[in-house]
Amino acid sequence: MIRTEQIFKSFDDTDVLKGITTSFEKGKTNLIIGRSGAGKTVLLKLLVGLLEPTSGAIWYDDINFCELNKKQRRAIRMEVGMLFQGSALFDSMTVEENIRFPLDMFTKKTRKEKLNRVNYCLERVNLEGSNHKYPSEISGGMQKRVGIARSIVLEPRYLFCDEPNSGLDPKTSMVIDELIRSITIENDITTVINTHDMNSVMEIGDNIALLYQGELAWQGNKDEVLNSDNKILDEFIFASPFLQRLRDAALNNNVSIKPDK
Amino acid sequence: MNLNFLYHFGRYLLMIRTAIARPERFAMYWRETMRQMNDIGVGSLVIVALIAVFIGAVTAVQFAYQLQDSFVPKYYIGYIVRDSTIIELAPTITCLVLAGKVGSNIAAEIGGMRQKEHIDAMEIMGVNTAAYLIMPKVIAAVIVIPLLVCIAAFVSILGGYLASVPGGLITDAEYIRGLRSFFVEYNVFMMIVKAVVFAYILTTVSAYQGYYVKGGSIELGQASTQAVVYSDILILLADYIIALILTS
Repeated sequence: MIRTEQIFKSFDDTDVLKGITTSFEKGKTNLIIGRSGAGKTVLLKLLVGLLEPTSGAIWYDDINFCELNKKQRRAIRMEVGMLFQGSALFDSMTVEENIRFPLDMFTKKTRKEKLNRVNYCLERVNLEGSNHKYPSEISGGMQKRVGIARSIVLEPRYLFCDEPNSGLDPKTSMVIDELIRSITIENDITTVINTHDMNSVMEIGDNIALLYQGELAWQGNKDEVLNSDNKILDEFIFASPFLQRLRDAALNNNVSIKPDK
Repeated sequence: MNLNFLYHFGRYLLMIRTAIARPERFAMYWRETMRQMNDIGVGSLVIVALIAVFIGAVTAVQFAYQLQDSFVPKYYIGYIVRDSTIIELAPTITCLVLAGKVGSNIAAEIGGMRQKEHIDAMEIMGVNTAAYLIMPKVIAAVIVIPLLVCIAAFVSILGGYLASVPGGLITDAEYIRGLRSFFVEYNVFMMIVKAVVFAYILTTVSAYQGYYVKGGSIELGQASTQAVVYSDILILLADYIIALILTS
């Protein structure tokens, strides 16, 4: 479980995050949603320590991450996996070398054990046999899946995903969402996803935190989204005329548009 | 301006301090160092040799021109080519060229990794990126560049021979006599010291420019240019300081 306590973050004179207190639960897909510029990416970068909060605390279970020195943070990071928006695959390495990199760097496994682990991770993301391809030779969706494979290769306890669906078609987005969710449940890890994909919100949002102008505007789950009377949430979720029409049609005809449990 | 210099100098020192750390996995650092040795050493051999041969040739021809109608013996051409090459031209010119070739490459490589979030990805994995990305380059450079400088000195002396002997400026025996005259071993030591210091400067300054790059491709280009410019200036400054210290 990860908790944030009164997180403030400012860049020069601009307050980007204003007192965010929330928690991200273990075994659940925790979503940070909000409009562009709401502070989602900043919050995610604070959680993994790529940025320092101006004030406040971030707790990894019972450990205050903000009080750790670099060496202690590295120990925590061994238990963290992260999928970047642009996948951040090392482009001069093959898919196999990319996934093997954390194993080479941090484990004493034999070559065969590493290869078995890499192949397992590739199988897990449905990319068997792609070992020797370079990132430039595979599609954006496949790159995301390689990114997921690399982020889970050390069996992390915490998984962070920055806009995992950006640049992907709806069908591939659903595959990625489902993959992240199943990995979360299977390994009982704490997953935090930064997204503004409505499909993700409605399908895998076990715990959703809505940021609005640097503040936590709403928190709940995917079932509570449709029943909420929060105006900011309503404007965010039903921003498109199509979704507004869909909701109105569902209400008029007494049809549920809630996702299946 | 002064505060800006202090800011960068302080951040540079912090980067170096972070980079000097126990490797997470020695084999990975070893592999990276070997790769860098190949890139810096083997990859620069042709350009270094090419420049060295012309430096030697030009020094010989220019000095032969200076000696026309003088009482200075002609075998001094070999002596001057040897000493000017060893003391100054081989280490300094080679490292100025390498600052352009290797330095810009280091800044662009590390800067590109920063911009594509590769460095962030490594940091989140728990890798000490300053150590993993910078130290193998520095170690490779301080080992390989002195070797390149020795090769440059040898090729430069050969260039002097090729420009002066076949052209009839001086006989083969005179050139060889010049090479053997007044030899001071300490000059070779000075050459090695310069090569090591210049190698350290060009790799760390270039790595600094790349490691802290912000923005996009324009800023990456600027960082690459700054890596070369600052490395060149600092190499020349260090050349002067080393000359003062080692000849006093």
